[in-house]
Amino acid sequence: MNGILRGGRGLFFALALPVVLVVAWWFGSANSTNFFFPSLSSILETFGRTWFAERMRADVLPSVTRLLIGYAGAVVLGVALGVVLGANRTLRRITEPVLEFFRAIPPPVLIPVLFLFAGIGNTAKVIVIVLGALWPILLNTVEGVRAVDEVLSDTSRCYRVTGWARLRHLVLPAASPQIVAGMRQALSISIILMVISEMFASSNGLGFTIIQFQRSFAIPEMWSGIILLGLLGFVLSLLFQLFERRSLRWYQGLRRSQRGE
Amino acid sequence: MSIDAPTRRAGTMPARRQSGLPDWSLGLFGLVAFAGVLELLPRTGVISERYFPPFSAMVGALVEAMGTDTFWSATGETLQAWGIGLAIALVAGVGLGLLIGSVPILQRLTASTVEFLRPVPSVALIPLAVLVFGITNIRSTLLLIVYAAFWQVLIQAIYGVQDVDPVARETARSYQLGRWARLRHLVWPTALPYVMTGVRLGAAVALILAVTAGIVGIGQGLGWLIVRAQSGNDVPTIYGIVLFTGLLGVVVNLLARALERRALAWHSSVRADLGG
Amino acid sequence: MSGDTFATPQTQDRDVLLDVRGVQKIYTGHGRTVEAIRDLTFSVGRGELVCIVGPSGAGKTTLLKCIAGLLEPTAGTVTLDGQRVTRPPQSMAVVFQEYGRSLYPWKTVQQNVELPLKQKKLPKARRQELVNEALAAVGLGEVHDAYPWQLSGGMQQRVAIARAVAYQPQVLLMDEPFAAVDAQTRADLEDLIRSLWHKLGVTILFVTHDIEESVYLGQRVLVLSSSPTVVMEDLPIDLPDERSQLETRSGRRFAELRHHVYEQIQLAKHRKGSEPGPDATPDVVAHGNAV
Ligand SMILES: Nc1ncnc2c1ncn2[C@@H]1O[C@H](COP(=O)(O)OP(=O)(O)O)[C@@H](O)[C@H]1O
Ligand SMILES: [Mg+2]
Repeated sequence: MNGILRGGRGLFFALALPVVLVVAWWFGSANSTNFFFPSLSSILETFGRTWFAERMRADVLPSVTRLLIGYAGAVVLGVALGVVLGANRTLRRITEPVLEFFRAIPPPVLIPVLFLFAGIGNTAKVIVIVLGALWPILLNTVEGVRAVDEVLSDTSRCYRVTGWARLRHLVLPAASPQIVAGMRQALSISIILMVISEMFASSNGLGFTIIQFQRSFAIPEMWSGIILLGLLGFVLSLLFQLFERRSLRWYQGLRRSQRGE
Repeated sequence: MSIDAPTRRAGTMPARRQSGLPDWSLGLFGLVAFAGVLELLPRTGVISERYFPPFSAMVGALVEAMGTDTFWSATGETLQAWGIGLAIALVAGVGLGLLIGSVPILQRLTASTVEFLRPVPSVALIPLAVLVFGITNIRSTLLLIVYAAFWQVLIQAIYGVQDVDPVARETARSYQLGRWARLRHLVWPTALPYVMTGVRLGAAVALILAVTAGIVGIGQGLGWLIVRAQSGNDVPTIYGIVLFTGLLGVVVNLLARALERRALAWHSSVRADLGG
Repeated sequence: MSGDTFATPQTQDRDVLLDVRGVQKIYTGHGRTVEAIRDLTFSVGRGELVCIVGPSGAGKTTLLKCIAGLLEPTAGTVTLDGQRVTRPPQSMAVVFQEYGRSLYPWKTVQQNVELPLKQKKLPKARRQELVNEALAAVGLGEVHDAYPWQLSGGMQQRVAIARAVAYQPQVLLMDEPFAAVDAQTRADLEDLIRSLWHKLGVTILFVTHDIEESVYLGQRVLVLSSSPTVVMEDLPIDLPDERSQLETRSGRRFAELRHHVYEQIQLAKHRKGSEPGPDATPDVVAHGNAV
C-alpha cells in the first residue's frame, strides 16, 4: 500500500512538469500565426507523416547506423590504445601532450579535413565519429589503467593472474568506471558529429534532412526533425544509463559502502 | 647514516621509473616526434600532399593566415561567442542549480525534465537558430553554446548543493542563520568545486559549439575560416586553422583546470578551518 | 633477564623450506634512496609458524614482498624448497594487510576465491569443492554470492584467508593481516590462524607489529630492528601448543616472553634513536588493543 502510494507520488513528480510544459506548448501555440513557431498539433501531425514512412529507412537508419558503428569503433580503439598506454609509463609520458592536444581540438573541425580524404561517403562520416569520440575514451582508459590498485595488482601477481587473465579480471574491470565515464562523453560527441557531418555534406541522414526542411521552409517538418533528434539523444542516453547501471553495479555499491551508507 | 625515507602508505610501490629523464622532456620529445612524423608522411609520399601537407606547410599557412585581419576577426568572433555564451550558461546554470538543489520539491519536479532535455543534442537547434536569428547574428551561435554549456553547469550546481553536509545544515539552522547567510556561508562554499567542474566541462563544450557554428555556415568565426579554406582548396590553411583551434582548446582546458584547482584548494582549506 | 632463560633455536637438524640469506633492499627513485632492509638472514622449517615482529617502517612489507617474489632484493637470495625465488612461486600465497584493497570488488566472494584456482587450471568440480571447504574453514559458509564490500572488515579478511587456503600453498605469508580489524575479531582470527595451521600443516610466516600477537601465535618470533633493518633476535616461543586467548595470555611465561621482546625493541629504539628516520617511529604496541 505504502509502496503503491510512493510509486504513485514518484510518477506524479516525474510527469507533472513535462505534462504542464507540453500542455502549455500545445495551447500556447494553438492559434499560432508565427511562421517559425507552428502549432504543436501541426508539428505532431507532421511527425508521423514525415518520419514513419520512407524516411525512417532512407535517413534515420543510415544516420543511426553510422553513429553506432563509429561509436563502437571509438570504444574499441580507445580502450585498446588506452590499455597499452596506461600500462607503459614511458610511452604514456611521451604521448600525453600529443593526446591532450587531440582531445582539445573541437571534433567538428575534423569533418572538413576528413572529407578531403574520403569524400562525403559513409566511410568518412564513420571515421569522423571514430576520430572525434576516441579521445575521451582513450584518455580515461589510460587514467583508469594507470590507477589500478597496487595491492590488488600484487595480489594478482602472487596468484598468477597474468597475461590475458590479468587484463580480463583485473585491468579492465578496475578501469571500467573511468572507461564508462569516457564513453558517456564520447556518446554525446558522436551524436554531434553525426548531425554536423550530415549537415555539412551529405545526401541522406537526419542532419541532412532537417537542414533541407529548413532551407525549403518546411517549418513543421523541421520542428518534427528537431524533436526526433531530441528523442534520439534521450533514448541513447537512457540506454547508456541502463548499461552503466548494469556494468558498474559493483562500483556504485562499493562507493556507497565507503561512504558508510 | 641518515635516510630520508619518504612518508608513504605501507605496501605501495610506485611504478619504477624506466628512464632518468624528467617527465616534461619525454612529453616534449613526443610532440617533436609527432611533428616529425607529420612532416615525413607526405614528404616520403606515404600520404599525398594534396590531402595532407607536411607539418611545416601547415604551420607556414597558419603563420601566413595570422598576418591577415580576417584571421583575427574570426578568432575574435569565436572567442566572443564563447565567452558570452559561457557566461550566460554559467549565470543561468548556477542560479537555477542552487535554487533547484536547495528546494527538494523543485528538484523532484524538475528531475525528469532535466533528464529529458539534457541529452538533446544542441546541434539539433541549428536549423531553428538559422531561421529565427539568421546566419550572421551572433545569437544563433549563442543559442547553441548556451544550450550545450547550460546543462553541464546546472547538473554540477545541483550536485554541489546536495553535497552539503546535513549535520552542518542543521547546525546552521540551529544558529538561526538566515536563508541568505546559509547560502553564502554553507551552500556556496560546498557547491563551488562542483560548479568549477561544471565550468570546466562547459568551457570545453562551449568552444566546440563556437567553432562548429562556422562549419555549418553560421557566423564568420574560426569554423567559417576552415570552410572557406576548404572551398578555396587551400589545404595547408585548413590544417593550420585546425592546429590553431587545438591550441585554443588546450589553453581553455589549462585555464579551466587551473581555476578548478584553485577553487578546490580554497575549498579544502575552508573545510579544514571549519574543522571538517 | 639472563640469556639462558631464552634459548637460541637449533637450526641444524631442521627441514628448511624457506631460506632468506643476506637480503637487502634499497629503494631508489625520485632522486633519493631508501635502505628499507639492510641484511636479513633466517630460515623457516617446513610446517613451522614463524612470526616476524618489528616497528612500522622497519621493512616488514618489503621483506614479505621480496620473499613472495613481488620485489627483487638489491642483494641476497630467497630460496623456497631449494628453488631460488625470482618471481611469485606457485606454492606461495599472500594475505595482505589492506583487505579492502586485496579483494576484487567486482567479483563475488565465490569468484574471488575461485579465480586463482582457475589460473591453476583445476577442473570446475574440484574448484567448487575447494572454495566451499575454504569458506567453511574460515566460518563463511553463507556468503558465496555477496560482494566483498558488503561484508565487514573482519569478514573481508576471512575471505582473503579463504582464498589463500583454497590455493593450497606450501607457504602462507601474512602481512599484518589483523592490523585494521577490531580487537574481538582479531582474537577470533588469531585462533583461526592457529587452527588452520594445525589442520593443514602449512608453513606460515606471519608479520605483525604487535608484540603480544607475535608471542601468542608463533612457534618462533623474529624481532626486527628499526630501519635499516637487521634481525635482532630469533626467539623460540616455548608456550604449550594448545593456546587460548584467556589462559595463554594471562600466563607467567607469556608475560616473560612479551616483556623480553618488548625490551629488545626498546633497545633497538635507543640504538637507532640518535637519528630516527621519519618513518621509523617505532609504534610497536605492547598491548594488543592499540592499532
Ligand atoms: N616503494 C617504495 N619506495 C621507496 N621507499 C619505500 C617504498 N616502500 C616502502 N618504502 C620505505 O621503506 C621502509 C620500509 O617500509 P615497509 O616495508 O612498508 O615497512 P613496514 O611494512 O615494516 O611498515 C619505509 O621507510 C618506507 O618508507
Ligand atoms: Mg607494512
